[in-house]
Amino acid sequence: MLRFALSRLLLVVPTFVGITLIAFLFIRILPGDPVLLMAGERGVSPERHAELMAQFGFDKPMWRQYVDYIGQLLQGNFGHSFSTKRPVLEEFMARFPATLELALCAIVLATVLGVAAGILAAVKRGSWIDQATMGTALVGYSMPIFWWALLLIILFSTSLGWTPVSGRIALTHYFPSVTGFMLVDSLLSGRPGAFASAVHHLVLPTIVLATIPLAVIARQTRSAMLEVLGEVYMMTARSKGLSPSRVIGLHALRNALIPVVTTIGLQVSVLMGGAILTETIFSWPGIGKWMIDSISRRDYQVVQGGLLLIAAMVMLVNLTVDLLYGLVNPRVRHV
Amino acid sequence: MKLMKALLTATAMTFAVAGAAQAKTLVYCSEGSPEGFDPAPWTAGTSFDASSRTIYNRLIEFAPGSTETVPGLAESWETSDDGMEITFHLRQGVKFHTTPYFTPTRDFNADDVIFSFMRQLDKSSPWYEYAPGIAWEYFDSTGMATAIKEIVRVDDHTVKFVLTRADATILATFPMDFASIVSKEYADQLDAAGTRERLNTHPVGTGAFTFVDYQQDAVIRYQAFADYWDGKQPIDDLIFAITVDPGVRQQKLVAGECDIIPYPNPADIEGMKANPDLTVMQQEGFNIGYLAYNTRQAPFDKPEVRRALNKAINKQAIIDAVFQGTGQAAVAPLPPTSWGYNDQLVDDPYDPAAARAELEAAGVSGLKMKVWAMPVQRPYNPNARRMAELIQADFAAIGVEVEIVSMEWGEYLAQSSALDRDGAVLLGWTGDNADPDNFLAVLLGCDGVGSNNRAQWCHQPYEDLIQKAKTTFDQEERKKLYDEAQVIFKQEAPWATIAHSIVTMPMRNSVQNFKQDPLGIHRFVGVDKSE
Repeated sequence: MLRFALSRLLLVVPTFVGITLIAFLFIRILPGDPVLLMAGERGVSPERHAELMAQFGFDKPMWRQYVDYIGQLLQGNFGHSFSTKRPVLEEFMARFPATLELALCAIVLATVLGVAAGILAAVKRGSWIDQATMGTALVGYSMPIFWWALLLIILFSTSLGWTPVSGRIALTHYFPSVTGFMLVDSLLSGRPGAFASAVHHLVLPTIVLATIPLAVIARQTRSAMLEVLGEVYMMTARSKGLSPSRVIGLHALRNALIPVVTTIGLQVSVLMGGAILTETIFSWPGIGKWMIDSISRRDYQVVQGGLLLIAAMVMLVNLTVDLLYGLVNPRVRHV
Repeated sequence: MKLMKALLTATAMTFAVAGAAQAKTLVYCSEGSPEGFDPAPWTAGTSFDASSRTIYNRLIEFAPGSTETVPGLAESWETSDDGMEITFHLRQGVKFHTTPYFTPTRDFNADDVIFSFMRQLDKSSPWYEYAPGIAWEYFDSTGMATAIKEIVRVDDHTVKFVLTRADATILATFPMDFASIVSKEYADQLDAAGTRERLNTHPVGTGAFTFVDYQQDAVIRYQAFADYWDGKQPIDDLIFAITVDPGVRQQKLVAGECDIIPYPNPADIEGMKANPDLTVMQQEGFNIGYLAYNTRQAPFDKPEVRRALNKAINKQAIIDAVFQGTGQAAVAPLPPTSWGYNDQLVDDPYDPAAARAELEAAGVSGLKMKVWAMPVQRPYNPNARRMAELIQADFAAIGVEVEIVSMEWGEYLAQSSALDRDGAVLLGWTGDNADPDNFLAVLLGCDGVGSNNRAQWCHQPYEDLIQKAKTTFDQEERKKLYDEAQVIFKQEAPWATIAHSIVTMPMRNSVQNFKQDPLGIHRFVGVDKSE
């Protein structure tokens, strides 16, 4: 197991170097001059343009900029935002807990409901339950997030008044951020009703963000379960007189979980993509909206730093999934 | 230790908020996050709303809901006869905010004025580059950087600006956001602590509201300043709830989560007007959307060709389709809310038959041209592609074939400035200040050829008038010069003036005394809320 873990860890290094290069090149390949974009209709004189380009180091050859960037990174410096002039890492850390909190809630919801729906559909294969579950999953998978979110807001927030339209907590609850996680901070604040308000605000964005992963996990669980349920050892388990719940819960599910765990891991990167739209609609102060704005402003340092930090998070999740996979399925440790 | 400190602050804040449970709170659902809270380095209206218009004051202010100027931190001012000196007499007894991070020991005085401007002018000042990559864009682009020779402290409450040239437009820049007055005493405190960058994150001003807290991309909190020189505000707390999506802003307003919102979707406005709980205010925006011909290239070098093409454009159809009714046909290059606007001007009639005949008379047939469509949305042009398509159809009706071109925004701005640019460009402008020079000289003066003057139009009779207006200090006299300049503009037609947007501000009926600002500023001084 140790050798397996080490081999996976070693793979992280070249991946990380590759990501720095991609992050660096990606934003520079896009047409658009950050200084001109900043000036907008007001324009900027050629002299001032040159001065600003030099100030930000954009006048240096590309390779030199990359070397400087790597040098900065090795010192733990992700640079300063071109737009707000604040350190990129500080900006990222101020927003990341909000994204992580939402993503965690979404992945937990998607996993719990997705696995349960998948098992149910597999066990009741061909029944109306199976068809309804898989039909709903297909609808969920094809749902445009923006439209879905607005629909939920109009129904649950504006018409029924059950949930808030957007934000992380009611504006009447005001306390400083300690951890950045609203659920935790609201508990720490000791304010009556603060935690309930934070949960209340999480409901709609969590449902929206969980929709696609939930559909994928449900479909994956169903197909993995069906495959396992058809295996000879399942027939053996049943013929031994084990109860159906023990057959499904212990023998079938454990084996079916192997591809499902991988799917859940892959959904983390999908969540990052979904977070951009979800955060925009629900005014959720996370990194999704921050990255999009930075790309449109050609804020090189933010895009580079942000991509790198997000990639690091995704890699960390994938590494964990790989290791978990090794635990769940001992055969892969020897491959 | 850090956690302990945060917990203690949390407890203190909890008690403070509990004590203020009955406070009157106004929630403004703003459209985006501010870049920072020091207004001078920034250029976005979103940043100004959150900083200069809440926390700070200027020597001269715009009167609420108007482009008229009124005394701010200066009670009065006078310009010397030769126009080379402006002397400000400062208001006395003005307090700076007391915050958890700063307690002022003195009132506002001349040192604060000098510091506020010199940090943007003096390259040797440690404040000139107090954060990485900071730049004083408005101070430079309004000509302030070259206009100020020195700032003299006459006494504690008198400051004299000595200028390098007589320029009537300089006074119009004093109410602008970059000219907000910051506390020199606070700056010295930050200097001593080695934390200059906090000027941009922990602001201290003399304005109607004190900064309380900013949760990035989420909420900005302010409290009415009890010692404000013009009296405490009717509301106690002001909250900016950052809500980027216009559809969501509207839903929050309807649900009562916001009291007032900016920039609604045009398609939602009628629905909000029909809602009995809401009031919808509308006003012409201080902007212009135009189509600039390249007057250096044939056949657009002939005014009669440009005038003929202008007659082929159906502006009403554009306003209906592109602005969805939230626009107004533009006659002049100035918005009608400007004091320099010539209301005697008559627009070119929409007359395709006359347009076709005039083109033929000018010897133009089988004309093919390009129309450039901006890739971004702006208040003065919410959908440039659609506008270009409508113009394409209008021109096709008089036998002119149009090819629509577009490109990335930075490229668009750069390439559309080129002297040899092929085609007519859709672009626009929102006024920086109330001075007509900000439109008529910046966009159409000879100095702007190759940059902001997208028509590349340098017409001497027009240029003489706007240059003369620059050195004329009597506003009535200046108005006459600008009236005449606009008549020449209309005859020469370097642009097709398309539209001014109509700015809409929906709010709950409980909001009282909100005044819509022609310059697009959102400020809450004097605003109240009924129970």
